[in-house]
Amino acid sequence: MRNIVEISNLKKSYKGGFEALKGVNLNIREGEILALLGPNGAGKTTLISTVCGITTATSGSVTVGGHDIIRDYRAARSMIGLVPQEINLEPFERVINTVRFSRGLFGKSRDDGTIETVLKQLSLWDKKDNQIRELSGGMKRRVLIAKALAHDPRVLFLDEPTAGVDVELRKDMWDVVAGLKAQGVTIILTTHYIEEAEAIADRVGVIAKGALMLVEDKDKLMARMGQKELEVQLTQKLDAVPDALRSDALRLSDDQKALIYTYDTRAERTGITTLLADVAKAGLTLRDVVTRQSSLEEIFVNLVNNDTDAEDAA
Amino acid sequence: MNWTAIRSIYIFEMFRFFRTIAQSFLAPVISTSLYFVVFGAAIGSRIQEVEGVSYGAFIVPGLIMLTVITQSISNASFGIYFPKFIGTFFELLAAPISFLEIVIGYVGAAATKALIIGVIILLTAFFFVDFSIAHPLAMLAFLVLTSISFALFGFILGIWAGNFEQLQIVPLLIVTPLVFLGGSFYSISMLPPVWQTVSMFNPVVYLISGFRWAFFDSADVPIITSLLAILLFTGTCLGIIWWIFRTGWRIRE
Repeated sequence: MRNIVEISNLKKSYKGGFEALKGVNLNIREGEILALLGPNGAGKTTLISTVCGITTATSGSVTVGGHDIIRDYRAARSMIGLVPQEINLEPFERVINTVRFSRGLFGKSRDDGTIETVLKQLSLWDKKDNQIRELSGGMKRRVLIAKALAHDPRVLFLDEPTAGVDVELRKDMWDVVAGLKAQGVTIILTTHYIEEAEAIADRVGVIAKGALMLVEDKDKLMARMGQKELEVQLTQKLDAVPDALRSDALRLSDDQKALIYTYDTRAERTGITTLLADVAKAGLTLRDVVTRQSSLEEIFVNLVNNDTDAEDAA
Repeated sequence: MNWTAIRSIYIFEMFRFFRTIAQSFLAPVISTSLYFVVFGAAIGSRIQEVEGVSYGAFIVPGLIMLTVITQSISNASFGIYFPKFIGTFFELLAAPISFLEIVIGYVGAAATKALIIGVIILLTAFFFVDFSIAHPLAMLAFLVLTSISFALFGFILGIWAGNFEQLQIVPLLIVTPLVFLGGSFYSISMLPPVWQTVSMFNPVVYLISGFRWAFFDSADVPIITSLLAILLFTGTCLGIIWWIFRTGWRIRE
């Protein structure tokens, strides 16, 4: 599959020295859905804004469909549709006019057929003559998508399309995205919900502190992210994990007063029952039991650390 | 040049104008009518002729200029500030258009609106006072140039403004005084010599003088000076806008 977006060594520093992007390299394949996952302030929006021409990069380069976004900005931007995170719409404008305006801005001649298709696809057709202020939040978000699709983009950026959106609408949004993928549109969406990436993405990129930490097929990544730790705190200090309990998933804590068991939350058998029975059988006394799921950010950091460890070992 | 995009911006902006038609047209017409009633009929009848023209007729060019200048500035500054304020500005930045095309679209629409209002006021004036236009083409040219140059100025203002207060303060504190003291309602020659000299530093004096020349064939300053003044102002605004594009000042920061 060919790359439709190629980002190389992209850096962005703001006045005052804050580095929002620290040399991002990323190739996006034509027709895929790529989810960029990361905590707030990780640089997701900056990355998207730079590719779309809203902010200028400090250094590095980006091509879209082979067109450089600076030198050949008209060709590059013509291929891109952007749905921003904030709902930014003129409240007194009518839905159809604002969508027509977006198409015109991209230099495409008026085409009521296309506009109709887009509005119908987003279930906005019966609201086409409404003023935007009359619409619900979810509908407004659809209008943003309609505006972004009005000029038939080949690449669609969705910046947190489901932030603050209820469950039902979120499902709708995923359906819309799936429909666009079926039409061959490449979709890049940012999110801080792992479930969202899991539900619709083909590949997942993880961004933290302005750096792209990894890009991986979703299935592989999800397997690694679903892990949880069970800490069995003991009344006595141990020198090592007792032989009877020895397994790959079990290790001794640093203070030697607890056993830490790692398991997959999505597995049919987590092995917790067996473990606790074995602990009792081994004659150990429990003080407390704690389970821990790392925050998204911690998982990211762990992922990266594990990666470097693995590379070092290899 | 992406003419489709320019046309889209232009039409979109003009729609906004016609959507608020009462505010757009009625307000300037009513306020101008009030000026004519007060200055033309009530006070004007007690004022002698100015430079061979009745006072009511004398203030027509100044009144049109006053409105065209303030309308050009407010239309253009609001037109470009509003998308910044509500956050739709990103759409312009992400579109495959150059800044020049954005300027032509917004400034063109703002100047058109001001021009329409200027013509309406001119027509209104015919109802109140008796006058004829000595150089109609020059009058029109002055009107168009003024609309465009002050719309350019308004565009800069709108890009610069960080809030609504800043948007209002420049017209309020700088432009309105300059226009009122620029001879809208009097001839500079009526002032004491000291103030005549001071007035020569007010750029609006040249505009109103030139515009009045187009009406009555008499002026405070030579017509060529007026023309140069407005071209200089337009050129300066274009220069600043070119610099804004180059640096992305207040746009892509």
